[in-house]
Amino acid sequence: MRVGVIVFPGSNCDRDMYHVLRDVFKLDARYFWHEDRLPKNLDAIILPGGFSYGDRLRAGVIAAHSPVIADVKKMADRGMPVLGVCNGFQILVEAQLLPGVLLKNTSLNFMCRWTELTVENNRTPFTAQFKIGQKIPIPIANGEGRYYVDKPTLETLKKNNQIVFRYGQNINDSVFDIAGICNKDGNVVGMMPHPERAVEAEVNPQDPKPSSLIFESLIATVGAKR
Amino acid sequence: MPLFEVQVIIENKPGMSDPEGQTILNDLVLKGDHRDVKKIRSAKMLRFQVNAKTAKSAELSVKKICDDLRIYNPIASKVTFAVDPR
Repeated sequence: MRVGVIVFPGSNCDRDMYHVLRDVFKLDARYFWHEDRLPKNLDAIILPGGFSYGDRLRAGVIAAHSPVIADVKKMADRGMPVLGVCNGFQILVEAQLLPGVLLKNTSLNFMCRWTELTVENNRTPFTAQFKIGQKIPIPIANGEGRYYVDKPTLETLKKNNQIVFRYGQNINDSVFDIAGICNKDGNVVGMMPHPERAVEAEVNPQDPKPSSLIFESLIATVGAKR
Repeated sequence: MPLFEVQVIIENKPGMSDPEGQTILNDLVLKGDHRDVKKIRSAKMLRFQVNAKTAKSAELSVKKICDDLRIYNPIASKVTFAVDPR
C-alpha cells in the first residue's frame, strides 16, 4: 500500500508521519514536494502538520494554491482517502476540500497539550476500526485550531454525519468542540490533533492503541478494496 | 496608466469574536482608564499598488484578485476596499 506524504515549504511533521507510516505500519510511504504531480498508483494521501509558508496571510491558504493540490483535488473527487493533520487540515479547508475554517485560538496562544477525542463517525477510511464514542488520547499543537462554521453549516455537517472527532472538553472554543471533520463522501478527513505523535508507546504515556486505529482503519479500508 | 493604491481591510465578520481586539480593549486601553472607548476590532490591512485606468477599475481588479485567491476567507471575514491615487 502506497501513501503519499505531501511536503510544503514549512511542513515540519512530514518526517514524523513518514516514519510512522514506514517503520510502525510498514507501508510504502513516499514524499511528494508541493510542486510535484502525483502518480496514479497511490492508495492514500496525507497532508502533514507544520507551518507551510510560515502561516503567512492565514494558515494553509498559500499552500492551498500549490500545484500538487490540483492533483489532490482530482484524486479526492475519485474517492481516494485523503487525511490532513493540523496544517494539513488547514490546507484542506482553504483548498475547499473540506468546509469551514480554522481561526486563531481564542487564547491567541500556541496550544501544545494532550486532549481526549471522541469518535463521532466510523464510516471514514481513517475511522472504520473505531466504535462510535470511543476515546482517543492524543496531542494537539497549533495556534490556529479553532474550527468555525456558521450555524446553518453546522446543522448540515451534523445531518450529513461529517463530524468525525470532537474534543472531550472545550479547549479552544471550536464550534461544537469539533476536532475533525470529513467531506460529504467521507473520504477526505481533516483533524487538528496529531496521530503521528501518538502511535508509539515511547511518545504516548497514555494509550497508543486508539491513535493506531486511525492508520489501521486506512490499511483495512484500502485492503478491502483490492 | 496611473498608479493607484488599493487598501484591503480584512476583519472578522460582525458578531464573530475578535480575541485580539478584546485583549487590546480590556487589558490595555481600559486599564489605561480610557473609559470612553467602547469597542475595538482588530483587522489586517494589505496595500496593493496597481496600474489602472480609473480608481474604480483599480478597486475592481483588486477585489477580483482577493476573491479568486481567497486573500480573505469568505466564511469568517468581512473585507472592505479603499482606493487612493498615488
